[in-house]
Amino acid sequence: MTGPRDGGHDGRYDVAVIGGGVVGCAVARRLTLAGADVILLEQAADILSGASKGNSALLHTGFDAPPGSLEHGCVRAGYAEYMEISDRLGLPLLETGAMVVAWTSEEAARLDRIVDQAHLNGIANVRRLSAAEVLTREPHLSQRVLGGVVVPDEHVIDPWSAPLAYLSQAVANGATVRTRTPVTAAAFDGREWTLQAPAGPVRAAAVVSCAGLFGDRVVALLLGHSPYGIRPRKGQFVVFDKAAARHLRTIVLPVPTDRTKGIVVTPTIFGNVLVGPTAEEQDDRRRATVDRPTLAHLQARAAEIVPALAGCPVTATYAGLRPATEHKDYQISVHPDRRLIDVGGIRSTGLTAALGIARHVLSLYQSFAGTHRAPADPVWPRVPNLAHHLPRAWQRPDAGEIVCHCELVTRGEIEAALTGPVPVPAGDLGGLKRRTRAMLGRCQGFYCSARLAELTHGRLAHDLAVATRGQAAGPAAAGPDAEASHG
Amino acid sequence: MAEERVAVAVIGAGPAGLAAAAAMAERGLGPIIVLERETRSGGIPRHCVHSPFGLREFGRLATGPGYARRLVAMVRSLGVEIRTGTAVVALGPGGRLDLATPDGARSLGAERVLIATGVRETPRAARLLPGDRPAGILTTGAVQAMVHLSGLIPFRRPVILGTELVAFSALLTCRGAGIRPVAMVEPNLGTTARFPAGLLPRCLGVPLWLGTEITDIAGRDRVGQVTVRHRDGRTRTVAADGVLVTGGFVPAAELIRCSHLALDPGSQGPLVDQFGRCSDPVYFAAGNILHPVETAAWSFFEGRAIGGAITDDLAGRLPAAAGGIDIVRGDAVRYVVPQRLSGSDSRAPLPRLQLRADRPVAGTLTVRADGRPIWHRSCALVPERRLTIALADLPIPRGTRALRVGVDASTAVEERP
Repeated sequence: MTGPRDGGHDGRYDVAVIGGGVVGCAVARRLTLAGADVILLEQAADILSGASKGNSALLHTGFDAPPGSLEHGCVRAGYAEYMEISDRLGLPLLETGAMVVAWTSEEAARLDRIVDQAHLNGIANVRRLSAAEVLTREPHLSQRVLGGVVVPDEHVIDPWSAPLAYLSQAVANGATVRTRTPVTAAAFDGREWTLQAPAGPVRAAAVVSCAGLFGDRVVALLLGHSPYGIRPRKGQFVVFDKAAARHLRTIVLPVPTDRTKGIVVTPTIFGNVLVGPTAEEQDDRRRATVDRPTLAHLQARAAEIVPALAGCPVTATYAGLRPATEHKDYQISVHPDRRLIDVGGIRSTGLTAALGIARHVLSLYQSFAGTHRAPADPVWPRVPNLAHHLPRAWQRPDAGEIVCHCELVTRGEIEAALTGPVPVPAGDLGGLKRRTRAMLGRCQGFYCSARLAELTHGRLAHDLAVATRGQAAGPAAAGPDAEASHG
Repeated sequence: MAEERVAVAVIGAGPAGLAAAAAMAERGLGPIIVLERETRSGGIPRHCVHSPFGLREFGRLATGPGYARRLVAMVRSLGVEIRTGTAVVALGPGGRLDLATPDGARSLGAERVLIATGVRETPRAARLLPGDRPAGILTTGAVQAMVHLSGLIPFRRPVILGTELVAFSALLTCRGAGIRPVAMVEPNLGTTARFPAGLLPRCLGVPLWLGTEITDIAGRDRVGQVTVRHRDGRTRTVAADGVLVTGGFVPAAELIRCSHLALDPGSQGPLVDQFGRCSDPVYFAAGNILHPVETAAWSFFEGRAIGGAITDDLAGRLPAAAGGIDIVRGDAVRYVVPQRLSGSDSRAPLPRLQLRADRPVAGTLTVRADGRPIWHRSCALVPERRLTIALADLPIPRGTRALRVGVDASTAVEERP
């Protein structure tokens, strides 16, 4: 339909993607690589501000997904594509493998069924382990273990760099991103959508809604009704200090129940150990609070599984919301007469499945929109590496000033996240943290808050400081190496 | 590139590290290098503008920043290099250090290493504080660095959590910066810092809510309101744009946790003998990393003394680290430093057992040698006060393997109203 673009734009896009979570980012990338002129609209000041903000950062094989489900298909396709593209986009992979571990005889009795389901799902290398085999693989695990299942291909990834890389590739190949752009009204005239947003209308020939926690509301805005309701399910997490990493190399999964995959203890790509999530249903779609009894419970649960974690300091706590619905499977629907695709109810597997969902969305899109001329030689921008086990900026000869000592974040990385060369600069403090790891370490800003406040002053949606002290800063501002002006 | 080698590497340019470097340089040791990850040296006193510093060290009173400048000048005048912007990222066996420098990853070999990385406050996450996680939740250290080093105001109307001495320093910082705290909140029924500290909030017109816990922090981008619960069950929600989390000092011991060196679960710092020597005898430690938390002067003199021990060690004049007596904490004792005695030298740099209680307690503080009481004293302990026992006062029988320090027949002390 559209030919190669010449850089000019008449304000009409082929596709508007609503929502800058991991799914929206992957969809924007896939449609852009298929030649569509895409605009992504995100209501918050930065991408990944909703459900994609907090998850367990696992790359799932889909070994435990319901066979034949849409979720299973998307997880498999997403996993395969991640493995295919991660090197070219600079995305890290921590090849941990996972073990499903049974702690009670009831759980042990269900292990064989987990292996059977994995084999049904095409994951042939999943197999049973005896308690002794589990402990050989993870000597720091509690001796109470009764048995397990090994899933060699479950891995750990960077949950924020991945979607950032997807969207960066979309932008590098011509897509547009607008943050702070909630869609407040929508009209379809039979050929084209007009989406109302605070900064003016956006016109697009098709809409893909990937609105996560607001999925039902956005699709209701577009269709007049929603086929499902979002029921946010909160998951709280505790992150242990990097010193904990020596006690765990593998993702340790519990035997799942019908309702939740349960509490996982896993290494993170950043060199920490993570425990979570809980599964708490709530009505609020924005607030993901932590509470002390739950965090203390997670901390204790982690120490039951890996006793050495009992003495390990906590680096961070957080909570995320999963956009669950009344249905178990993803809710993806196409409305050709309205040139609309709705991607809803993408639960905890969304990080892995996003690339697969994007492929599915592309085929649905082509069913009513036909094909565009895809760019012959797309650009593959690389995102900066934040993984602990791979070379980081601080190790390079041009490292320069280190601003965040806990996570070894350089001033250069912070400048790059604020202004580029990343195609999607940080919009707020959370976005800066996700792009650089600044302030996400053990001191949580004890040392670097002041320097970060200086560097980011006036450059984020909300300043770290509420004001400057001006000339009244006092003699200390000059630093101890200057002459004393008093005392 | 050939690995750089020095006689002594000091990690951390605060009072303990700088005093140690000076002591070693005065005795002719060299080359000595002080590694400081921040861009300016001097440590925590750089942003403590209120407290009186330096009376015992330099015979005159100074502000924190003035004191820090004096320390730095003293060390430089002795020809010691302070390398700022240089962080140690790993401690290796035999004194091999991995560094993060402005020129990238480097390594450094030292015959002896002194770890003087100090303490930091326990941040919000490690306290498992509830609620949202927006901007505006900061420790005293972060606030003082913002106000005094960067000239930035982090908030206007914070709730202050905690009543250790540092919380009152935070109050003064707030006052000087035009920040008006909504309230000072303390879960216990009395202030942690002793009288008359509790009068300060009143003088400044800041309500002091004792027996009160934070039950919610709400805000999307920045703190908007804080909910507290008083001991009688009443809850109260106040508008606030920040939470100032004070105290809860912990040793900055991450390097040790990730290394081959032994850590004391009591102090959360390195396990040392009375010479400040770690489980790998190439490594020493001094200052607040050993004991959260003492004054700058305490750290200064301890640093000097342990610097002297390192000098002695390099001259072969220190007793062997092997063997020795383990010092174990008994009932009601949170930590004892040192945790080990090598030989019987009671004029060592750590000539006293320093201990702190894990709860308010009264009873008989007893030292047992392999189970036999050798020393006791009646005492009333509170966690925030240090107690010391001079090693010279302990009649330690020859051949003792372990000393246990604990409170006998302890009676829990009611919290002060």
